[in-house]
Amino acid sequence: MLELGTDELAKYPFLEGAGKFLKEKGFPLSQFGTDPDLKSVVDKAYHRLKVSTKGGIYKSEIIDGEASDTAREKEIFSFLLAIVLIKLSGMHTLVKRFALAEARRAENHLEKDLGKASDKSKIDLAIRIIYDLFNIEVTKEDEFFKIPVSDYLKHSIDFHEREWKLVNRHVENGKVLLTPDKTVRLIRKELGTYITSKITNAPTPPMIPGLENIVNELTSIGKALTPSYTITTGEYPPCIKHAIEILEKGENLPHSGRFMLATFLLSKGQTIQQIAPLFKNAPDYNPRVTLYQLNHLAGTSGSGTQYSCPSCEKLKTQSLCFPIPACDNIINPLQFGRKKK
Amino acid sequence: MQEADLSFLEDSFKKYYFNHFDLIKVPERTSEREFGYQKFNSGMTRHIPIKDDKELHLMLMQNIPSDVYCSNAYYTFPSLPMNEKDWKEADLIFDIDAKDLNLSCREGHTISICNECNKVSKTLTQCSKCNSSKLEKKSVPCKNCIDASKIEVEKLSQVLIDDLAITKENIQVFFSGNEGFHVYVYNSQFQEIGSRERSELTDYISLRGAIPETFGMRRHKQDRAALPDFNEKGWRGRFSKQIFGSRSKRSKIITELLANGYSSFQKTLDDVSENIGVKIDPNVTMDIHRIFRLPGSINSKSGLTKLFCDDLTKFDPYVEASFLSDDTVEIIANCPIEFKLKNKKFGPYINEKVTVPTFAAVYMICKKLARIA
Repeated sequence: MLELGTDELAKYPFLEGAGKFLKEKGFPLSQFGTDPDLKSVVDKAYHRLKVSTKGGIYKSEIIDGEASDTAREKEIFSFLLAIVLIKLSGMHTLVKRFALAEARRAENHLEKDLGKASDKSKIDLAIRIIYDLFNIEVTKEDEFFKIPVSDYLKHSIDFHEREWKLVNRHVENGKVLLTPDKTVRLIRKELGTYITSKITNAPTPPMIPGLENIVNELTSIGKALTPSYTITTGEYPPCIKHAIEILEKGENLPHSGRFMLATFLLSKGQTIQQIAPLFKNAPDYNPRVTLYQLNHLAGTSGSGTQYSCPSCEKLKTQSLCFPIPACDNIINPLQFGRKKK
Repeated sequence: MQEADLSFLEDSFKKYYFNHFDLIKVPERTSEREFGYQKFNSGMTRHIPIKDDKELHLMLMQNIPSDVYCSNAYYTFPSLPMNEKDWKEADLIFDIDAKDLNLSCREGHTISICNECNKVSKTLTQCSKCNSSKLEKKSVPCKNCIDASKIEVEKLSQVLIDDLAITKENIQVFFSGNEGFHVYVYNSQFQEIGSRERSELTDYISLRGAIPETFGMRRHKQDRAALPDFNEKGWRGRFSKQIFGSRSKRSKIITELLANGYSSFQKTLDDVSENIGVKIDPNVTMDIHRIFRLPGSINSKSGLTKLFCDDLTKFDPYVEASFLSDDTVEIIANCPIEFKLKNKKFGPYINEKVTVPTFAAVYMICKKLARIA
């Protein structure tokens, strides 16, 4: 692991070293509830959390590491204390939001560090953090960062924007060339996941006397954030309608289309017995094979994996997507017609 | 298939296996692979562990399979059910099949067999006898198809070597045993990537899903300088060679492209990708648990051997991949299109009794275009 100074820990307080730092400074948690000198740290932690629940990113007073040691310490403590407060509130919704906000904040720092053409040590540190946390080997060449194509694929695979498709990237010699901001964007989700796991795995301490009010407030904020349920119109998206039409006409629906149709209907709760007759008109219909394949997709036979409906992006590349205005903003056919209540 | 046909095929395959152990070898890291086979008129037997050539040859002689397969994946326990195998990694495999290339020659050498009334004919949309649309299509050898497939293999190799830094020594090309090629890539950085990542990789190789921005075209604030140049690497370079033709035309064509606007550019891009994108079957490459036809084994769709191609340019599958005997046999052939195998012409046959060499008889019986008389 990296040996980090306070300026790095202030920027990346989720790294291993931060907890140790608190211990070394010798503050027991209980002191934060009572010590008036530490009140500002508690306020900062609360503020940090509150901003994240509103989808914002907490703005640090430390810019480019230009700060006193006390300011940096406060920065690190407030992060650790925020985690303690989340644990005490017991609200899982806060974990996700806080982790996301902190990931975005760290992302900004990483991006700045990577972009510092003049400061090699800052670049090296950012590169090492990326390697230590996510096992991606980044190398720098001119103004670009190079990442092995295989690593790029592993990390970009859940991105839905077309610009992130490998085909829309500069690929050369087995590497993808990225700008600092794209390099960091690539690991955003993992950064969030990493911070989330840190919080989830942290032990929940007993209630700290003096912090009850703040904790209660966080609990009620957390409750208000619990997602509302959704309703659906029940109408099928155009891709599914199209597939059913093809089958009804007795024309050939490619394997990928059958896969889409079956996984879609399975996800909508239809049974294999309900779905199987749809394929009766297929030119190569064989009831035994159809049942076998449906069972396989449903996970009732074979490996037990339940297959999910392919994304809109995937269906586009398979020429199975026939979008209409109502498809706006969905990334999977299953979301079609779903509205937040 | 009738009894006599089955035993004839089995007999011919058995002779081949017995005489050509030299061609059928287990791949490297044998004990980490899953093997499988199919017997004539029967289902697939999978999850078989095999440790060396000797064991493989024994399996072939004991079972006389119609088709033999081996995984591209490496497992800790290849003989256990799929979810207990413990997948470790898999070689990268690409399938190039002439039937996916939309070639205009296809119609001329494709025969349809009606699923309802078994009528064999050259009409490909509807059965001329019973009007059923459930037709099974069989294609006979065509040089144009093989040549076009070879071009795709060449295009694929270029992208693999130039863009993805695969070394030449780690690429192997095999004739599939029917009408296409399988390209194997070993020891690459992609050994351990999963199915979705492989699918994304195939989109790259086929130039599928590209957006105008990648090639310097924007909706607003157009910038001539952002469009690709001739000597660029990757798809931008290949795109510019295709679209500009020569350096001297670049400037003029860029002016046109910019004037026609964004959506027209997307259309141009789609057309170009149809031409320069490599036509591989994405479903094959993304399947990391598949078992592939074993090199050196016979493809029961044709009776031809899946064969390593040392010199692709010169390779003629319809001469070099046919290893069955010249002994003649009497068959009733119903193959309305003439074809060539081992430099000999056969057909057209309209439900007639003919005497042909074993290799041609096997070919037609495998394609359901003949039966033993």
